[in-house]
Amino acid sequence: MPLTARERMAIARQKMPERAPDVRNRDFHEVNLGYHQSLAALEADRCLQCKDSKCVGGCPVGIDIPGFLERVSAGDLKGAAELLLAANALPGITGRVCPQEEQCEQLCIRAKGKNGQPVAIGHLERFVADWARENLDIRQLVAPPTGYRVAVVGSGPAGLTCSGELARKGHDVTVFEALHQPGGVLTYGIPEFRLPNHIIDAEVDRLRQMGVKIVCNVVIGRTFTIDELLKEEGYDAVFVANGAGLPVFMNIPGENLKGVYSANEYLTRSNLMRAYEFPRFDTPIIRGERVAVVGGGNVAMDSVRTAKRLGAKEATLVYRRSRAEMPARVEEVHHAEDEGIVFELLCNPIRVLGSEDGWVRGLQCVRMELGEPDDSGRRRPVPIRGSEFVIDSDLVIMAIGTRANPLLTSTTPDLKLNKWGYIEVDEAGATSKPGVYAGGDIARGSATVILAMGDGKRAAASIDQYLRGRPPTSQR
Amino acid sequence: MFRILDARQLASDVKCFRIDAPLVARHRQPGQFVIIRLSETGERIPLTMANADRAAGTIELIVKAIGKTTRELCKKNAGDTISDVMGPLGNPTEIIKAAHAVLVGGGVGTAVIYPLAQTLRDGGSFVSAITGGRTRELVVLEAELRNVCDVVYACTDDGSYGFRGTVADKLRELIDPARRRRESSIAPERHANAGAACRPVEVVYCAGPVPMMKAIAELTRPAGIKTIVSLNPIMVDGTGMCGGCRVTIDGQAKFACVDGPEFDGHAVNFAELADRLTAYRVQEKLALDRMEHECDMAT
Ligand SMILES: Cc1cc2nc3c(=O)[nH]c(=O)nc-3n(C[C@H](O)[C@H](O)[C@H](O)COP(=O)(O)OP(=O)(O)OC[C@H]3O[C@@H](n4cnc5c(N)ncnc54)[C@H](O)[C@@H]3O)c2cc1C
Ligand SMILES: Cc1cc2nc3c(=O)[nH]c(=O)nc-3n(C[C@H](O)[C@H](O)[C@H](O)COP(=O)(O)OP(=O)(O)OC[C@H]3O[C@@H](n4cnc5c(N)ncnc54)[C@H](O)[C@@H]3O)c2cc1C
Ligand code: FES
Repeated sequence: MPLTARERMAIARQKMPERAPDVRNRDFHEVNLGYHQSLAALEADRCLQCKDSKCVGGCPVGIDIPGFLERVSAGDLKGAAELLLAANALPGITGRVCPQEEQCEQLCIRAKGKNGQPVAIGHLERFVADWARENLDIRQLVAPPTGYRVAVVGSGPAGLTCSGELARKGHDVTVFEALHQPGGVLTYGIPEFRLPNHIIDAEVDRLRQMGVKIVCNVVIGRTFTIDELLKEEGYDAVFVANGAGLPVFMNIPGENLKGVYSANEYLTRSNLMRAYEFPRFDTPIIRGERVAVVGGGNVAMDSVRTAKRLGAKEATLVYRRSRAEMPARVEEVHHAEDEGIVFELLCNPIRVLGSEDGWVRGLQCVRMELGEPDDSGRRRPVPIRGSEFVIDSDLVIMAIGTRANPLLTSTTPDLKLNKWGYIEVDEAGATSKPGVYAGGDIARGSATVILAMGDGKRAAASIDQYLRGRPPTSQR
Repeated sequence: MFRILDARQLASDVKCFRIDAPLVARHRQPGQFVIIRLSETGERIPLTMANADRAAGTIELIVKAIGKTTRELCKKNAGDTISDVMGPLGNPTEIIKAAHAVLVGGGVGTAVIYPLAQTLRDGGSFVSAITGGRTRELVVLEAELRNVCDVVYACTDDGSYGFRGTVADKLRELIDPARRRRESSIAPERHANAGAACRPVEVVYCAGPVPMMKAIAELTRPAGIKTIVSLNPIMVDGTGMCGGCRVTIDGQAKFACVDGPEFDGHAVNFAELADRLTAYRVQEKLALDRMEHECDMAT
């Protein structure tokens, strides 16, 4: 007998089981342990199965959320997985990293009211995805070969999603990745304790089984240009998804001292190069005792929690606005607090202080207060005069954002860019250059995994349409 | 996996490798480098391509064994493999046609300037090379340079070979206008290097240890001679993504892997570069000691 709405309402949100903060902040294993089936079913029972399910509207890829939750509560995990995978090729990843509190869960009817607690859609997505990975043959059927060849630049979420969709339609897809390992930010940026690499590996393996070729160590713009891919290498179309990987520094004095990293460098050393296992792995990393991380987003959160795990006695997050404005996922902020991260809010660095031998010894900051709202609608932080103080630190990490990397776009002059250097695309994901599509962070500016995936999917549909209107290059 | 086709010892700790890397070879231009990773646990290190053969799909690297990765690489031989070779990276050398171009290389820097010689000469420049080391064994690639340069000066600090003094001392001589006047009065047949001595030095290309590059830049600055230096900061990705390779040029931060590696020697903040290169000294020593320890255990 189905539960009544009253019975459903009576169930409290099930907490995600997680490892103890003072244990997990010393290693790189995943923090969240995942629901087991009975917990998942109980949580899924909380869904009221609304007729006009608002949550679906909050999902950038339109997952049939009530549908998959209903199947979870009925114990039909295979059915749940099929529904989920129909809309989202990487649920094991998005279940872990989507900002659900701003998307589906924000719109959940149960989030309303003072003590409202939305259904834990993200946790359930993760549960179903993990179950599917272990128990289902999620290889997708691939249509007969079409004879068209597509090059995908970059193997982040946008590139991976696009290549999967294109392969399914029978196109011959090659992904070119600059680094030695695929996955984009998922591999080099987001740490193991939040998104284990084996999940990305499984996804990449699945794509390979579908016939997608992934070629690492190829930098488009250097090894080949886009024009060469189209004119000499015989590709019929290109999808550009090279991310927004150019680190931004603050341009304050002392930023080139030893012991100042961009978050990109720090996280790449730790995640991609496995410097946290130095000297078993060759790449070194500076392990600070007192680490200050500047920023308030996911990147800052990942950096400061990495610093703690690398042995920092004190790991401090320095953010110029207040907590409410922090762009990081709420869950990460909670996890960071539990792990003993110190938050210096309304505080802005003005100078990195160095010792005589060129090492960082502190971060000079000024206190801020919130003034009038700025363009982003958030109240603008303004410095409080005379409030300068120093945070003693031997390692400073700048996590204040990234920009478009001009390496590829500068070698493709007919690719129209906007004033920030991002590639301009239309509704279909098409660029100003025929046969060239773009998506993910290089088109949007730093955004999210799910939006990058959505772009990949949309571009795949557009590319498919574009190809079918013309003969394959190989037959011309 | 990238296969080593050929490995040749050039000096006791310098080796030249020919590697099968067709995609890299195809677009390589002088001055560009690759980033390699020896194995799954390896570090990514940048190495300049000394040469490339488009038709054969091969590139050449000249490597000086100094730390863990370069020593491990120098143990490899034909038939061995390297996990990753990525490139070509960096901007090609700005080729300036000059009445007299001088290449100055110290240590591994010689590997960086060597490929330039042929290109400059093909472009119609008269090319001299100055290469040096503390003592005779440390002067590398001299024979190779002789094949592609008009004149080669080998220098040793202790005078055990060639010119006694540093490469900077030799360059000072070459750019000294008084000397040029003096030597140009000697009939060319009687002076082997007269060709070089008569021509005013118009451009200097330099690669090597930071103090050496700094000394060269300071020498050419008052003379107003254009000086291009190839910088060697620590790199990770080589695509502009990490910012670890940042150097200060004319007060501005530049990423050597994408904006360089070559810059105007008169605009470089050398002190900062030298200091940043020492960031991992402790870890580098640890890695090396550990490797030597493992070698001892194996024998
Ligand atoms: C530390 C960190 C934490 C984050 N946390 C979250 C989170 O919790 N939730 C969330 O939704 N989002 C998060 N984000 C943002 C999210 O990861 C990005 O929006 C997303 O990865 C963008 O995907 P993409 O496919 O456009 O590009 P990327 O993931 O950046 O991938 C681009 C790929 O292209 C490669 N490439 C670049 N140039 C070239 C070239 N010239 N030739 C060939 N290959 C090239 C790169 O090496 C890279 O592998 C985080 C980002 C970072 C850095
Ligand atoms: C653009 C460029 C071109 C180069 N070309 C050549 C070449 O043709 N032949 C050659 O023998 N060497 C070249 N080098 C230097 C070479 O990269 C270093 O010798 C090598 O990285 C040292 O690694 P290791 O593990 O053997 O030594 P380590 O013990 O790790 O380091 C020894 C020293 O090398 C430097 N170094 C360490 N790690 C890196 C890194 N990841 N990137 C850059 N420098 C580092 C540091 O100054 C360090 O003190 C080049 C460097 C750059 C930046
Ligand atoms: S090596 Fe990372 S930006 Fe240059």
